[in-house]
Formats: sequence, C-alpha cells, structure tokens
Amino acid sequence: MAEKIYTKPPCLLPLSSGFCPGCLHSLATKLIAESIDELGVAEKVINVLPVGCSTMNSLYWKLDMVTSAHGRAPAVATGVKRCRPDALVFAYQGDGDLASIGLSEVLMAANRGEHITIFFANNSTYGMTGGQMAPTTLIGQKSTTCVFGRDPDTTGFPIRMCELVKELEAPVYVARFALNSPANIRKAKKGIKKAMQNQIDGLGFSFVELLINCPTNWGMSPVQSIAYMEENTMKYFPCKVFVDKTEEEEK
Amino acid sequence: MAKLFMKGNEAVGEAAVRGGIRFFAGYPITPQSELPEYLSWRLPEVCGTFIQAESEVAAINMVYGAAATGARAMTGSSSPGISLKSEGISYLSAAELPAVIINVQRGGPGLGSIQPAQQDYLQATKAPGHGGFRMMVFAPNSIQEAVDLVYEAPEYADRDRSPVLVLMDGCLGTMMDEVELPPFKELPETICKPWTVGYDGTTRSGHLITPIYPEAGLEGKNKLAVARTKRWEENDVQVEEFMLDDAEWVIVAYGIASRVAKQAILNLRNKGVKVGMIRPITLFPFPKKSIAELDYSQVKGLIDIEMSIPALMREDIELQVLGRAPVYEYGRSGGVLLDDDSTEAAIWKIIEEASSNG
Repeated sequence: MAEKIYTKPPCLLPLSSGFCPGCLHSLATKLIAESIDELGVAEKVINVLPVGCSTMNSLYWKLDMVTSAHGRAPAVATGVKRCRPDALVFAYQGDGDLASIGLSEVLMAANRGEHITIFFANNSTYGMTGGQMAPTTLIGQKSTTCVFGRDPDTTGFPIRMCELVKELEAPVYVARFALNSPANIRKAKKGIKKAMQNQIDGLGFSFVELLINCPTNWGMSPVQSIAYMEENTMKYFPCKVFVDKTEEEEK
Repeated sequence: MAKLFMKGNEAVGEAAVRGGIRFFAGYPITPQSELPEYLSWRLPEVCGTFIQAESEVAAINMVYGAAATGARAMTGSSSPGISLKSEGISYLSAAELPAVIINVQRGGPGLGSIQPAQQDYLQATKAPGHGGFRMMVFAPNSIQEAVDLVYEAPEYADRDRSPVLVLMDGCLGTMMDEVELPPFKELPETICKPWTVGYDGTTRSGHLITPIYPEAGLEGKNKLAVARTKRWEENDVQVEEFMLDDAEWVIVAYGIASRVAKQAILNLRNKGVKVGMIRPITLFPFPKKSIAELDYSQVKGLIDIEMSIPALMREDIELQVLGRAPVYEYGRSGGVLLDDDSTEAAIWKIIEEASSNG
C-alpha cells in the first residue's frame, strides 16, 4: 500500500486553480498555504485579497478572507489587525496593486509598523487586465501600453519595492526571493514562513517580495519565461534579505 | 441628566463612543478636525482604536477592514474628503459592511471653501460612490440631534449591514451648544458575528467578505438592495413638520438651514403670513409623503431653502409636488451663511412676487 507523502495544503480547497498554465502565482500561493499549515495557524489567519489575478484566490483558499479595493489591502489589513490583534493578517498583492495604485497604503502601513505580513508578487506586468506596463516592468520590456518596450525617458524606471521599504525604521523583515528554481523556491519558502512567524511572535511589519513570471502576457512559454526572469528580472531586482531585525532580537 | 456645553464635532465624537463605536480612522480636514482630535485620546480610554490615516482613502479602507471583523467602525471628513472616500463607501455597500460616516460639509465644488455649506446633498443621497447604491442619510439640525443620530447610527448600520451617513455642516461641527449625552450602550462580549472574519473560538474557516460577485449573484444583490431601500422608505423616514396645518407657503429645509428658516417662519407668522416647514431628518429615505400629501388646495407654493446654490433638494421636492404648486428656492452658498433677516426677506419677496403675478 503506497503512502501518500505529498498533498495539497489543507488550507487550500481541493480545486484546480484558474491561474494560467506555468504561472508562478500558483506556486507562491502554495508556499504560503504550506507555511500556514506547517505553523498550524489556519483558523487564526485573515487573508486580505487585493485586486488583480490573485483576487481569484478567494475561490481557492479555505481561510477567512476580506477582498479589498485596488491597492488598499494594507489599509484594510490595518483595520482588521487593529481590531483582531490575535489574528494573523496577511495580504498577497501584485505589482500594479502594491507598487502603483497602492504605493501609499503599503509604505504607510510599513512605516506604522503594522503587525501584518505583506507578500508582494512581482511579475512586471498587469496580468489580469491583459499585460499593461507595471511600475516594475523592466527597461525595454514590451507591454500593451509600451509596445516598443519600456522607455525610461517617458515612463521612468522599474521600482524596487524592497529597497524602498527597507529605508523605513519600523519593518522587521524585508526580503526578496525568486521562484525560478528549486533551490530558490526553498529559500523563498523559508522567508515566507519567517514572515508569518514574525506575526505570531508579535514582532512587526514583514515584507516579502516574490519574483514570478507571467508567461501569458510576456508572450513566452513557461520555460522561456523562467529564462527571461533569470537573465533580466533577477539582475535588476537582487534577491536577498534586506532587513532582518528578528535575528538581532534573538541575540 | 446634567447638560454639557460642547463643540459639535466633539459632542459627535462622544456620542459615537457612547453608541458603541470602537474604531475610528480619519484624516485632518477643516471643519471636522476636532472629531479625530477628540477621538485620538477618547477611544483609547474605552479600549478602542484611533488611527490617523495617511489619506482619506486609507481611512475608509481601514474602516472597511475593521467592519469586516465586526467592530463598530466610523470615519469622518468634510466634503472634498468624502469624495476621496467614495470608492471605499461603494465597497462597504457592496461587501455589506456596517459603518458610520460623518460629513461635516463645507463649500464646494473642488477644494471649495472651509466655511459651512450644504452642497453635498446630491452626493449623499444619489451617488455616494459608483455602482448605483444608496445608504441611509441623517441630517441633524442641532448639536443635540447630531448626538442623538450619531448615537443610533451604528444600530441602523448593523441592522442593514450597510454604511450610514450623518450629513452635518461646518456650523453644527464647529459651534458650541448645550447638549445632553446619552448613556453608554452595553456592548456584546465579542465583536464576532455569524458573517464576520476572525476566529470566534469554534472550528471554522472560510468566511469571505467581498465586494465582487459573479454576474448573476451581483444582480441578485442589486435586487436585494432595492428591496432594502423600499423597507427604508416604509419604516425609517424621519421628518419634522412645523406649522403646516394652515400653511399656504411651505418651506422645505434640512440641517442648519432649517434652524434659520424656522426663525424666519416665526417672524413671518407674527406678521400674519401662513408659512410652515417640512424638515427632512432622513434625507434618504426622503420624506416623500409629507410633501406629496400636502393639501394643494391650500398650499400656494413651496420654497426650498438651503445653504447651497443651486438648491440641491429641489428635484426631490418637485417629484412629490408633481406640478400641483410652484416650487421656489433661496439659498446662500460657498461658505456664505444664511441669516434670519435675509432669509425672512427672501421668503417675503418670493411670496410677494408670486402674489402679484398670480
């Protein structure tokens, strides 16, 4: 009789996801779900959903959830957490949501040191609306609103969010990971779990950026999109732990 | 009970605390800033939460998050700030979340003026945000009535799982008057309700608060909202009718304008003019019957008096009058206040001109 050693995390419903084939949103969602289940905190979690592809997650999570307006997830999460300090409150936001329309909300929540966890999925595009230029779109990268490639003279440069957030005093954990390879996925999982653990420990604001792909809107196969990430995205957005005040406090 | 002498904005803050509000997020804006100022120290005294948000938008979304947990939540602002909050108000309505919103109106449009005005009637009653939703709108005309309405507002919000608006103006917010404060409401031990998010001690997971639905589901929600609006119109209209029995001229005024109009009416009555007033206390639901069921064999005309040019309630009045009497308007605007003498003179002028034309 075979032993089942791998299964879908219980805090995800037993459904197939609606994310495009090869899209790393699915993997990022699974890593967060695994972390929640490994920490054994599913019933204490309140998941604040953003606007974008990841709004679809409302169909897949078996968690308490609040769907917010575009970019406002950190403000909504603030209201939730202040009223339920015993809850573990996280938001999973895309780059249009977090780095463009919601830039103020995320930076100010970070600056207040809200005891929430923000996961930032950066795929350099507006996925749900069909591949428009995001604040994180790379120089020269094509999108439906910069068809000849992003031109910094008129559209500026891709925003490095971790580097902005790390300049604030309050955040306790700021890190960027890429989900391009098994080794990096393992590192990301560790960071994700730590960002949730920080809330259990009552430490403060945690920010984890996850570099992912968008094969559909990049016009690439999943394999090509991973190669593009490695050759371009990961060079512009360095993967590292920028702030870790949890280590300091352990010393 | 002892009366206190309080500023309107602060009295409203205390009424909210006594009515069970335990979460407030707001942003400084004249003429309502005393409300967040007061609550910044008052809410922590009752184990509540005050947050000075980074923006009006963030404030209403913090209220959205707080309301999702079942906390009694409120925000306040003044006209331009309410425009910024309109996104969040629409989302509150869509997600069926209770919340209390205070608008201490100032002159408009745009940045307008910081002085008192009543120029947000249409926004409040017709389109407080995108998507064709309505909410109950209360319009006090005194600090005492503001206290009483804000005290009860969370009950309506909870009952209907809907945002509720209390439409004040810069006069009521910043003037001082004597006020009797109601007793503290007893609050349930837990903020959890069957629909809220947050672990309630039993095994459960998967409650969803959402402002987005599949198409058929959304149409169903829209229909339910219509049914709720009908219930409001049947059960929740509040109106003051003043000296209407023999009135040949009927003033329609709400909020601070009704206070001024009342004095003008008393002055005109002393001169033998048969004038009365209909004062909507709920602007939505609008007191349609009071206007529709006037005796039009007796009424010679209605005069809409507002601290707004144009008078914004006029179309709602005309929809009930249906041409059975002429409707006139008088107002000051942009932060210029109404006063007794000019208002009396304006009413007299309208009556005189109508009589000479008639």
